[in-house]
Amino acid sequence: MADTPLYGADSPAGSVIDRIRPGLAARRRKELRLKIYGLVAMGIAFGMLALLIGSLVFTGWRAFTQTHVTLDVFLDPAEIRAETLPRGGFDSVLEASLLQYFPEATERAERREVMGILSNGAQFILRDRVVADPSLIGQTIRVTVPTSDSYDQLRKGLIDRETPERLRRLNDAQVERFDRLEAAGVVSQPLNWALLRNADSRFPELAGLRGALVGSFWLLLICFLISFPLGIAAAIYLEEFAPKNRVSDLIEVNINNLAAVPSVVFGLLGLAVFINWFGMPRSAPIVGGMVLALMTLPTIIIATRAALKAVPPSIREAALGVGASRQQVVFGHVLPLAMPGILTGTIIGLAQALGETAPLLLIGMNAFITSAPDGPFQAATALPTQIFIWADSPERGFVSRTSAAILVLLSFLIAMNALAIFLRQRFQRTW
Amino acid sequence: MNDMRLTQRTDVSQTKIAAQHVDVHYGTTHAIKDVSVEIGDRLVTAFIGPSGCGKSTFLRCLNRMNDTVASARVTGRITLDGEDIYAPSVDPVQLRARVGMVFQKPNPFPKSIYENVAYGPKIHGLARNRAELDGIVERSLRRAALWEEVKDRLQAPGTGLSGGQQQRLCIARAIATEPEVLLMDEPCSALDPIATAQVEELIDELRQTYAVIIVTHSMQQAARVSQRTAFFHLGHLVEYGETGQIFTNPRDPRTESYISGRIG
Ligand SMILES: Nc1ncnc2c1ncn2[C@@H]1O[C@H](COP(=O)(O)OP(=O)(O)OP(=O)(O)O)[C@@H](O)[C@H]1O
Ligand SMILES: [Mg+2]
Repeated sequence: MADTPLYGADSPAGSVIDRIRPGLAARRRKELRLKIYGLVAMGIAFGMLALLIGSLVFTGWRAFTQTHVTLDVFLDPAEIRAETLPRGGFDSVLEASLLQYFPEATERAERREVMGILSNGAQFILRDRVVADPSLIGQTIRVTVPTSDSYDQLRKGLIDRETPERLRRLNDAQVERFDRLEAAGVVSQPLNWALLRNADSRFPELAGLRGALVGSFWLLLICFLISFPLGIAAAIYLEEFAPKNRVSDLIEVNINNLAAVPSVVFGLLGLAVFINWFGMPRSAPIVGGMVLALMTLPTIIIATRAALKAVPPSIREAALGVGASRQQVVFGHVLPLAMPGILTGTIIGLAQALGETAPLLLIGMNAFITSAPDGPFQAATALPTQIFIWADSPERGFVSRTSAAILVLLSFLIAMNALAIFLRQRFQRTW
Repeated sequence: MNDMRLTQRTDVSQTKIAAQHVDVHYGTTHAIKDVSVEIGDRLVTAFIGPSGCGKSTFLRCLNRMNDTVASARVTGRITLDGEDIYAPSVDPVQLRARVGMVFQKPNPFPKSIYENVAYGPKIHGLARNRAELDGIVERSLRRAALWEEVKDRLQAPGTGLSGGQQQRLCIARAIATEPEVLLMDEPCSALDPIATAQVEELIDELRQTYAVIIVTHSMQQAARVSQRTAFFHLGHLVEYGETGQIFTNPRDPRTESYISGRIG
């Protein structure tokens, strides 16, 4: 073919460049605009996140320390006896020890007020030490026990000494007594390990996340054990073996629908089927885990199918070409290559499950439970429902604890997502 | 097709594969149109023809790789040693162990070089022990002219090799199971002239024991390595015969113009 130029047969050479040039500035402006939109969107998103985390840290950081009083307690054998160990006597020896700082308090009412400095749980802390080592009876031991919530607030500056006495939770005498303890050097504010070690309690200074952490652990374990194998099996069948026809299309659509069903509906389902029909225990992680597994299943199936699809067909052909059976192709080649994607999807699904609240509320996992569950069949709370309970509690001390619990939950979520990203980076392949 | 003339054969070679009235459809695309051909044992048969004429498609019918393409529909009869390979009693897994394939694009497994070659013998249980497997891997790599380049790094990933090395690795993988028929889809398209010469030497050597079918775009290669040549055009098998005759004295004008570079 004798080619005539496509552009400007009638114009001189270089006409292509001449035509491109005027549009260039506009194209660049467009690109710049797009970049700015992107930056603004990112800025807003990060701003929101910073605001959220910032406000949580602002209210929550105080809950990570707790005011304690250190006392030398004489374990008077007259008050405490081995046979009465599990019960009383411990409050009296504590009282005796504390009253040394307040010799003027002789009235019964006044002594009660002095004892109000210590947490109600102080006697149980002392009791647990003696139960662990009964030979302590008769000795003087040093114990560090939490103060009650009001004094904790006072020391953290959340109770303003300048407010008029009648509007304050602690009157002048109480404040003055606490100041004397402080002056005696027995008040400290160490890291609040009780937040992780204790289960829930009516008293904010004693309430901790242990029950919720253990509960969430069981939930996720059960959720994983059910949804991971089922999800992978379903995805492999659908992707590698199922005939592509009307039925498989219908299944595909329904799996996607399932992923979009609101979580509260799954909770109702769990309540109706697992608890009311199968008679499984209320508030138990086993039921919660099964409900969460139902919710996580579509996520895992979709992620697994995407990961299987992403394995290049040439790998399958190569294996089939040397005479591998379909099962050998899937388990020997496709699945290992898809594993990072599958794991990433699974972890993201589990992270979602960890934060899920509504279905757990419906199956009663927001009960007030003061001990960590020993197994998946015992009543328990979970991190999100514990947050829900604390946010609902009127005591001032729970305000900062709620934020602290949210921070704990968020750090677990961030850790899981970081793991997902790490897996993706680490095992990412290029073909 | 009336323009398909089978040549009278001069050398005596048993028929290894026979195709009768094979048609292949991909959905509504009619990719192979009524192809009948007899592939001789212990011969190299070259498939030539312009791009998109159906060479790969026909090749993939011979080891039922088209089974994996959902839209593909194969009709007609193809026999291997007189046995219909599309019969329900035939296991495609067993068939593919007998009819090996080297694909148009190198596709090593993302595993070690050793694992790539050892995979076929392993899944078919061909090696009795590790030493035997080592021997199979070494011999296969030597025959594929790759041994000298990789003998020190057998545990390195096969995907880390150059394109040409990858293709030779795929050849080694295919011959490690000692197939009776080897289908090679443009095995040399990514190779330099030296590696090409080595592969051609290998093909010539394989001919002593196997039937080899090679798809190629290089007329010189077809002329060098093959004894028979089949020319495909738009899904038809236009001409099939002795390579010498096809290149020196084609009977069909389309063959003539393709060989002389006017179609394609
Ligand atoms: N998987 C597929 N689905 C649909 N159509 C296909 C598929 N594979 C091949 N075809 C069509 O079948 C025809 C033959 O393709 P084929 O790959 O066999 O050509 P070829 O001769 O090998 O070409 P090349 O020399 O470029 O490799 C082409 O028209 C192609 O578009
Ligand atoms: Mg091809």
